[in-house]
Amino acid sequence: MTVGRNLSIRLGKMEMVTLQHYLFLAAALFCLGVIGVMFRRNLIVILMSLELMLNAVNLTFIAFARYLNSMEGQIFVLFIMVVAAAEVAVGLAIVVAVFRQRGTVNVNDVNLMKW
Amino acid sequence: MTDLVWLIPVFPLIGFLINGLIAKGFSEKAIGWIGSASVGASFVVALLIFLELLGMAPEARSAQKVVYTWMLSGDLNVPIGFLVDPLSIVMMLIVSGVGCIIHIYSIGYMHGELGFRRYFAYLNLFVFNMLILVSAGNFVLMFVGWEGVGLCSYLLIGYYYEKQSAADAGKKAFVVNRVGDFGFLLGMFLIFIVFGTFNYTDIFTAAAEKLPYGGALVTAITLLLFVGATGKSAQLPLYTWLPDAMEGPTPVSALIHAATMVTAGVYMVARCSVLFALAPVSMTVVAVVGGATAFYAATIGITQFDIKRVLAYSTISQLGYMFMACGVGAFASGIFHLMTHAFFKALLFMSAGSVMHAMSGELDMRKMGALRKKLPRTHWTYLVGTLAIAGIFPFAGFFSKDEILFYSFERNPGYWIVGAAAAIMTSFYMFRSVFMTFYGESHVDHETAHHLHESPPIMTLPLVVLAVLASVGGFVGIPIFPGLNVFGDFLAPVFAPAKAILDHGVHHAAHHPLGLELTLMGVSLAIAIIGLLFARWMYITDPAEPDRVIQRIPGVHRLVYNKYWVDELYDVLFVNSIVAFSKWLWKAFDDAVIDGIVNGVASVVRRWGSELRLLQTGLVKDYAFSMLVGMLAVIGYLILR
Repeated sequence: MTVGRNLSIRLGKMEMVTLQHYLFLAAALFCLGVIGVMFRRNLIVILMSLELMLNAVNLTFIAFARYLNSMEGQIFVLFIMVVAAAEVAVGLAIVVAVFRQRGTVNVNDVNLMKW
Repeated sequence: MTDLVWLIPVFPLIGFLINGLIAKGFSEKAIGWIGSASVGASFVVALLIFLELLGMAPEARSAQKVVYTWMLSGDLNVPIGFLVDPLSIVMMLIVSGVGCIIHIYSIGYMHGELGFRRYFAYLNLFVFNMLILVSAGNFVLMFVGWEGVGLCSYLLIGYYYEKQSAADAGKKAFVVNRVGDFGFLLGMFLIFIVFGTFNYTDIFTAAAEKLPYGGALVTAITLLLFVGATGKSAQLPLYTWLPDAMEGPTPVSALIHAATMVTAGVYMVARCSVLFALAPVSMTVVAVVGGATAFYAATIGITQFDIKRVLAYSTISQLGYMFMACGVGAFASGIFHLMTHAFFKALLFMSAGSVMHAMSGELDMRKMGALRKKLPRTHWTYLVGTLAIAGIFPFAGFFSKDEILFYSFERNPGYWIVGAAAAIMTSFYMFRSVFMTFYGESHVDHETAHHLHESPPIMTLPLVVLAVLASVGGFVGIPIFPGLNVFGDFLAPVFAPAKAILDHGVHHAAHHPLGLELTLMGVSLAIAIIGLLFARWMYITDPAEPDRVIQRIPGVHRLVYNKYWVDELYDVLFVNSIVAFSKWLWKAFDDAVIDGIVNGVASVVRRWGSELRLLQTGLVKDYAFSMLVGMLAVIGYLILR
């Protein structure tokens, strides 16, 4: 009955989804992306984490655009998406080249620049 | 034309630049004539300026010409400025005239030398510096020339640089000169403190007011300047470099160590006559040092067998006469002797060079003898030079030396006695050299006798020209008859201020006592002839006599023959400790400390490098991590600011 009452209270009066919610989400996604770039060994996964970071940023922009009633954020997101796409193309080309050279996409094995 | 006085030093400078930088591969003739022509051009310009001066009234014969403002800083104003007056024009004529003759002689003498071009380049550079020295209008520019001639002297003495003794001699000349230069600089600085300027005209006109007669300040200044003169002009105690300087080629000895560079000290004292006149103590010092040197060097000259050494000691001795003249107030006489000495000493050296040339490089007179038949022109010219230096009428040396002896006697008979003693020795050792070389029996060894030949005209003609000058050059200074002492009268305005100071308070007879002058002249001549006869007795009539004399005074002879062991004394007193210190600096200080510091810095850098390079792991994740760290640092800074 207590649960139900909470539930009905919650269902009856939902919290507003505020700006902070979006920002926390974006931040969380960004951190996950950073961790992925730093600690994953597969080059392709690193690229994916990079994309995740970009998308987190996109989310931030959209959130601000919505809550400040400004179109600029959304336009900028379109730009970011274009750049991300181009970057992915180039990045994947580099991954293919590296694989051809070194026979691996394990980033720890690509260390010719070691002193 | 006086405006173009700057051309006089510039011509030999151009010669130096052409021969030094451009003339690689030119023929000997081209190089030699470029060198000679540049000095000849200077002579022509000097002559034209001289003629212009003659056309001016005697009091007006002084002009300054500033070409460029060199140093300008607060009170200090040193321009590149020249002074044209009787004294400087006489010096310029001597330097360029005798210099030109010697250059032409060198074309023949240095024939076949590998370093022919280098020789002429250095010789031109020397003439440039010497002309700067004598034409400068301020002390600093003169010092530039002063140092420059010292440098060229070093370069030319060490011309045969592969020979250890020649290289050492060059070094010795430069170092001993430097000791003198130290005194000169201190004197210059004192002058600047007192007068605030280095310009001759400003200093000498203000001297009488600013410096009290006989005061400590002016005495200090003049003594310091004289120290510089002793170094450059090889007087006691800084004369030791000159005999060693004979290692250089003979024309170098003729030009630098007889006619010009060594006279720079005399010129300087004459130029500063006003300052010296204000300091009677310094005048006495100058006269005493001059007289003592004249006597001392003459004694050494008697015993030497190397013909160039004899001439070197003779030069030191004659320079002593010039200083003695200045010291007793007869500045014009000193310069007169400078001129006649330039003629006959250059002549003597060049004749000796001709002998050396004929004797395939032999210098020891004991290995010569009876050369007058094989080398007639050389013999005659050398004889004329000897007659001149011994002071036999009517050759040039008679007039100049006699004038000095007369004025010395007037000041103090003691000076005259020293001068006369030196004169008799001069006559003796010079005729000794003539007789040992050209007369008597031949001691020439068989090999050399084959190659014995008279020198080519390019060498003997300059000798003849100088012989003529040495014969008639004295006639510009005929004493007694008023108006015939053209030389003295020409220079009189330059020395008038000094003379005024010296005559002040001293009652002088209006005319020189005629009887005294004639007597002294007669005595001078007699002295010279006695020396000649003595030498003739010892070296022609009875050649065994010298050995007998030596046997009677073995100790004295050894002392004089070894030049009083002065070189060895200096070694013990000064040279050895400095050389030891230098060696310590080289082996210990330079190796351990200097190299240690440099190597230490290098090793520190290397250690840091080897630690820092551990950052370069080559792993992408590490680089990504460092990017992250950097980004956080920047953001953190921006937030927390």
